[in-house]
Amino acid sequence: MTTGINKKILINGNEAIAEAAILAGCRFYAGYPITPQNQIPEYMSWRMPEAGGVFIQAESELAAINMVFGASLTGTRAMTSSSSPGISLKQEGISYMAGCELPGVIVNMQRGGPGLGNIQGSQADYFQATKGGGHGDYKMPVLAPSTIPEAIEHVMDAFDLADKYRTPVMILSDGILGQMMEAVEFPEYRPKMKLPKKDWILDGAKGRAPRSIFSLMMQNPTILEKHNWKLSEKFKKMEVEVRHETYHTEDAEILICAYGIMGRICKGAVDMARKADIKAGLFRPVTVWPFASDIVSELGKKAKKVLVVELNLGQMVEDIRLAVEDNKKISFHGRPGGAVATKEEVFEKIKELAK
Amino acid sequence: MKVVYKRPESLKEAANSYCPGCGHGLVHRIVAEVIDELDVREKTIGIAPVGCAVFAYDYFNFDVTEAPHGRPPAVATAIKRCLPDRIVFTYQGDGDLASIGTNEIIHAANRGENITVIFINNANYGMTGGQMAPTTLAGMKTTTTQSGRDVKVAGYPLRVSELLSSIEGAVYIERVTVIDPANVIKAKKAIKKAFQNQIDKVGFSFVEVLSPCPINWGLKPLDALKFVKEKMMDYYKLGVIKDSNGSKESKYSRQSKRRKERNIENEFISAISF
Repeated sequence: MTTGINKKILINGNEAIAEAAILAGCRFYAGYPITPQNQIPEYMSWRMPEAGGVFIQAESELAAINMVFGASLTGTRAMTSSSSPGISLKQEGISYMAGCELPGVIVNMQRGGPGLGNIQGSQADYFQATKGGGHGDYKMPVLAPSTIPEAIEHVMDAFDLADKYRTPVMILSDGILGQMMEAVEFPEYRPKMKLPKKDWILDGAKGRAPRSIFSLMMQNPTILEKHNWKLSEKFKKMEVEVRHETYHTEDAEILICAYGIMGRICKGAVDMARKADIKAGLFRPVTVWPFASDIVSELGKKAKKVLVVELNLGQMVEDIRLAVEDNKKISFHGRPGGAVATKEEVFEKIKELAK
Repeated sequence: MKVVYKRPESLKEAANSYCPGCGHGLVHRIVAEVIDELDVREKTIGIAPVGCAVFAYDYFNFDVTEAPHGRPPAVATAIKRCLPDRIVFTYQGDGDLASIGTNEIIHAANRGENITVIFINNANYGMTGGQMAPTTLAGMKTTTTQSGRDVKVAGYPLRVSELLSSIEGAVYIERVTVIDPANVIKAKKAIKKAFQNQIDKVGFSFVEVLSPCPINWGLKPLDALKFVKEKMMDYYKLGVIKDSNGSKESKYSRQSKRRKERNIENEFISAISF
């Protein structure tokens, strides 16, 4: 048993995510091997039975997400994890879960793409995670941790958000965070929000009318539109869950925007800039959907330059462009294909902008 | 007054969306009767497919969920593992189970999931308008094989029951049909056994039902029944295809089988250690 509660242990990001899920009451996990997230199914394979839950090594990522669909509809807290190519396969189930309003947690330890890509950390799935991914009109909360302690917090919160809104929730992390180790102390899990009673689950119609779970609505032409409007109301409500972090933005003339592991690296770059008397600051979205557009819009007004740094060809930068009125201020620095930008590299970009 | 025939409690009072002469209604009724007779209605969870039976939750009077096309065995696996004392079954057509869902059905069988699978084989994709299914007979005309299924191009009709019977984890597999009262009685017996097996925790049980689809076959209902009898039953033989629990395999024979397997394993290990 991993007992990191009230004492520090050294653990990698993948295992920390798995243990956080167990602590949060996740009692069903189905996964499929894919690098760089293999420690999650490996850890779950022994830890989940120990916790009295169900672990299944599924025949595919498709089967795994559909198993999460099945577990979730029994009221069990359920999770699956994968990395980019596998997450593409899971989009079917995610869309169905959104349509059927089933809670569940999906972890994406992103790797380089497109296609089979490589197995290094990446942020190339931002569009897929935040703009739908699967078919149909839906939104889901997406949390992007930048440290292992934050990943633990996010996993615990993800289960609460999933249950509160009856929605799939994604942890959008990457291979770097999955593979690195940090000393962490697991917090004791307590729901941070009031969770509704699960009075919709299927567990046999004993003493009640039968229930059904479905997303097909074609009895008449208006019924699906109504369902979509109802979901839309829910997506609007979910917007209050927006989270962000700012670092030295009070007087920032150069605003760096980065999330996840890149947000953490950019903190180092901001420190280097401050030492060199450059007024740089960092805006780090913690939820990448919902997105803190209002905050970055305000920060963008004050800043002279905005630099967006991502481990891709430029995806979040589109959300920054939508939020920051003066688009001419915005520049982008990206490292695609599993490459990582160092803080020195970002500092060089900051210096160029400060000239 | 003595009631001799009534709507099973497990069937809702709802008009179904099936075409005249379709076999689904009969199989729904059989499933409902069996669930009533086994007295498990209040702990049954059904999984509807994508296909003609997609609205099964409107007809069955117990908990039913939808599942993406082909995925009911994966969904059922999770439900049964989370709620092992509930009765979980999938109801799938041949597009759902034999085409897009082959991976899910094979692996659910291979894990020996203690679930019941009702597989409707009507040799075409019914809901989408009669396209070729893996089960479509050679030479059979469908909307995507308009000159008849050419096996050299479109492959051979897939015998799913025989395919699954080679899987160790599958316990009971039978093929039945619903083309006449005698066969309906046999079908009910098989379906009841497939549910009883689950109650007895025997393991993966699978009943394939050859079912008429007169509208998409372009046949009158009676001719469709004849088609099942003369064409389908010729290729898809009825009967028990596998029943590894049927003889109530004794503890002794199980032990000796295991011993035999262990010996083979040991021989293999000693063979590779040289």
